[in-house]
Amino acid sequence: MKTDRMEVHEVGRDAVLVEVRDVDEALSLAAHARAARPAREVVTGARTVLFDGVVDRAVLSAVLDGWTPGAAAVAGPLVELPTTYDGADLSAVAEAWGTDTAEVVRRHQDIEFVAAFCGFAPGFAYLTGLPDDLAVPRRVTPRTTVPAGSVALAGRWCGVYPSASPGGWQLIGRTGASLWDVTRRQPALLGPGTRVRFVAT
Amino acid sequence: MTSPTHSAGRARWQLIDVGALVTVQDRGRPGLAHLGVPLAGWLDPAAATLANRLVGNPGAAAVLEVAGGGLRLLHHGAGRWVAVAGAVCDVVVDGAARDHGRPVWVPSGAELRLGPALTGVRTYLAVAGGVDVPSVLGSRSTDTLAWVGPPRVESGAVLALGSTYGVPAPVDVAVPARTGPLGITPGPRADWFEDGSFERLCDGEYAVTAASNRVGLRLEGPRLARRRHEELPSEGMVLGAVQVPPDGLPVVFLADHPTTGGYPVIAVVDLADLGQCAQLRPGDPVRFTRLRNV
Repeated sequence: MKTDRMEVHEVGRDAVLVEVRDVDEALSLAAHARAARPAREVVTGARTVLFDGVVDRAVLSAVLDGWTPGAAAVAGPLVELPTTYDGADLSAVAEAWGTDTAEVVRRHQDIEFVAAFCGFAPGFAYLTGLPDDLAVPRRVTPRTTVPAGSVALAGRWCGVYPSASPGGWQLIGRTGASLWDVTRRQPALLGPGTRVRFVAT
Repeated sequence: MTSPTHSAGRARWQLIDVGALVTVQDRGRPGLAHLGVPLAGWLDPAAATLANRLVGNPGAAAVLEVAGGGLRLLHHGAGRWVAVAGAVCDVVVDGAARDHGRPVWVPSGAELRLGPALTGVRTYLAVAGGVDVPSVLGSRSTDTLAWVGPPRVESGAVLALGSTYGVPAPVDVAVPARTGPLGITPGPRADWFEDGSFERLCDGEYAVTAASNRVGLRLEGPRLARRRHEELPSEGMVLGAVQVPPDGLPVVFLADHPTTGGYPVIAVVDLADLGQCAQLRPGDPVRFTRLRNV
């Protein structure tokens, strides 16, 4: 099914992948859909929403029909992350942006990011908000260990490593915030739709 | 339901030898994919739930999933019924051979040994009351991708056993896993591949590689070439997705698969055929067939 608003792909017997224009629309559709619980899983992507374990096709169709692209901006909860800007790649990012490290810190703090989707590791949120001209490449050689709490950039994404892991993103700083805690009612601090601001400490 | 008296302390297992990968598994963690949490859970549901039924457990009780190498443990506390299903292996209690696929009584203090898998890969060991490790986000399953849930079971581990269970079912059989080709439907990104790629997948003779694990069944065989070469923006992935990384060799996503991914999905394996995937050994042939009318 293809309409001017979205493209709907069947994924096996009981899942549907809905392709929209961009990440903002994906967040908007997912936020609109979650209340109606049309599927076991509602997973946003960079420009898609996956409905996996569709309970009732009619319910899902009604959800899709009832969504207006761009109608409502997603206003999730706002989380501020105290950040120490001392990342190993801060100078490299400054060079990529054609500026100095102080300006990187200023610009990064100025952006209100939004958690688009989680992946890579539980609680690792892909944060959208970096403009096109500030996109940075991944490191040519990924690090074997990136410390927990590292604030990092890759492409147009910003992310915070919830736990120590290998990683190829450019490290600009670190936060002491607990990104992932299975004993919390909301284990992920930055679930999809959460607005995020970094605050220098 | 009975709650046995604990004449010899709380029932527990002391793992003496653990062969290859042994994990605790139940139904997994549905509903958390948007937070990046894999589903996890038993890879061969028919076998795991049969083992639970044989010992009188409710369907959600946690079992041990024993991949390949067998194990040896000491049973402490009051005797319990256990049952072994899935990959066939020797079942030995205090040196005496016991049946696979039947309730087996393990007395207090007995040694239980499972030999290496003789067919298939994954053997399920259920115990009346279930394996009672702490539940994490609603499940006792170990997820081997992100390591949510209990750690893998290693030699020396002590596992508490639950104390609530029903009556063992002496005769039961698993609905046999469908054998033969894996049924597939075209995936959401089938059009990212050269014309005829889906047919090429269906016609191809593939074989399981040794890199296969709970995350994915990795295959070698005819490579699938992309028509579109740009990067696919990350999107949600389903159980059974046939993802094709840049080397062109398909990977069938199993229970511990990442919740999002950036390689295109050419096809999706029917859920009814994933139990079969759990028991395929390195070198086993794999064929795909197109499912109609889904």
